[in-house]
Amino acid sequence: MAAVAEFDSVGLRYGTGAEVLRDLDFRLRTGSFYFLTGPSGAGKTSLLKLLYLAQRPTRGRIKLFGEELTEAPRETFPPFRRRIGVVFQDFRLIRHLSAFDNVALPLRVSGASEEDIEGPVREMLAWVGLADRASARPPTLSGGEQQRVAIARAVINRPELLVADEPTGNVDSEMANRLMGLFTALNRLGTTVVVATHDMTLVAATPGAQLIRLENGTLVDPSGSIRNPRSRDAS
Amino acid sequence: MLDWLFVTPAERRLLGTARLGGPTPWVIAIMSFSIMLIAASGLALANTASVLSGAIQARYAVEVPAGAASLDAIVRVIRSAPGVVSAQAVPEREMRATLAKWLGPEAQSDDLPVPALINFESSGGASLPIIQKRIQELAPGARIVAHRDSVAPLLRSLSVLQVVAFGLVLLLSAAAAAAVVLAARGALDTHRFTIEVMHGIGATDLQVTHLFQRKILIDAFIGSVTGGIAAAGVLLLLAGGAAFAGELTGGATLGIVDFIILALLPVALTLLATWVARIAVLRALSEAL
Repeated sequence: MAAVAEFDSVGLRYGTGAEVLRDLDFRLRTGSFYFLTGPSGAGKTSLLKLLYLAQRPTRGRIKLFGEELTEAPRETFPPFRRRIGVVFQDFRLIRHLSAFDNVALPLRVSGASEEDIEGPVREMLAWVGLADRASARPPTLSGGEQQRVAIARAVINRPELLVADEPTGNVDSEMANRLMGLFTALNRLGTTVVVATHDMTLVAATPGAQLIRLENGTLVDPSGSIRNPRSRDAS
Repeated sequence: MLDWLFVTPAERRLLGTARLGGPTPWVIAIMSFSIMLIAASGLALANTASVLSGAIQARYAVEVPAGAASLDAIVRVIRSAPGVVSAQAVPEREMRATLAKWLGPEAQSDDLPVPALINFESSGGASLPIIQKRIQELAPGARIVAHRDSVAPLLRSLSVLQVVAFGLVLLLSAAAAAAVVLAARGALDTHRFTIEVMHGIGATDLQVTHLFQRKILIDAFIGSVTGGIAAAGVLLLLAGGAAFAGELTGGATLGIVDFIILALLPVALTLLATWVARIAVLRALSEAL
């Protein structure tokens, strides 16, 4: 099966510090669902940054969507970024824009017309339970509401790869289940999903999902195999 | 090509409704004001030099050291020369009145030898060597002096002043551009988070730049037009309303072309600011991943 991402001996260090990621070798298969777990400081967020092109590796090679991007010019990144949805741990919502405008942003960046934006954005906001908060600005929303706006923004464009950093950290269990349901539904439609989380109950509740475990910047399984102990599917 | 000028309300909201931070529009207004005044002065100087140069191009003076004895005969000789349009002797009282400015009452003394002077104007076909030769026959030592030679230092000074004015316009434009670069960098810092989010979801540098470019264009336009209007008011005030057009700087006129140039300066300054902002923003964005 085609790989959405391929990491080959990838290492990452910030500035002149020690490597935060070392010798990462793995492939993310198109259409699969992955959980990225590991203790705090293991390098989960750094690995996600490599996936959504916010960082270049300091060594090794990364292929995304079949394209070698390790040393590709930065001007080539935008089309790839439009194929990736990202849910940030700190939401990264634009404070002076309404929830509607925040969710609509990826569509506008892609050049969609206002007529083509209105419907899908309203629908998405309704799905995450924020239909009546469309004109509210992030500072007036609770943490959970901001998280849901951030998720709506990440998935509005039907991304081929969805990367989420602790997406359920600020929502109650009911909303967490709904959001994971959305991720699963997107995954069924072909989106490759990578969710970084500490919450093993989410992993357990998502059959078929595979596990990537990081410790001290390296994959725990040195063979590079990625598996969910509760699943037979393995890479 | 200019589609970035016509953004949707949603795109406008991305950078908020606030104008450029800090005093940039005011700095541009001051630059525009100064540039307009200096440019108007430079154009008036150019016209003055042109008028002066044209007026004296074919005018000459004959200095007769011996005094007025042979003056009438010399005037007749000059008038009879082919190509001479007119010739008049400068009356002695005028010469003495001129000398009085330096010598005081002594200039009226009969003991003071006053040289005689004849002004003549040629139509271009006059042969100065022939006229000189005939004058020499009547008054040895008499010599012809071209007015343009006498006024050359003044014309050179006017040319230098024009170059200085042009240089100042360039210098102030550069200073305005520098202010815009600083403003653009400040705006980028203010909106760094928004830019990061936009880049993260796939916005190109050009998409981000267009947002800033439009905002800076509006602020630069407001600043330069405000400065331009203030400068026009000052020029009209200084030059005395309607007399301005005809009498600025001692008779030189500001023509229609000059007025068009002056009116275009704020537009040029706005375009310069926008172009500089675009380069500055694109360069700054290229430093990020």
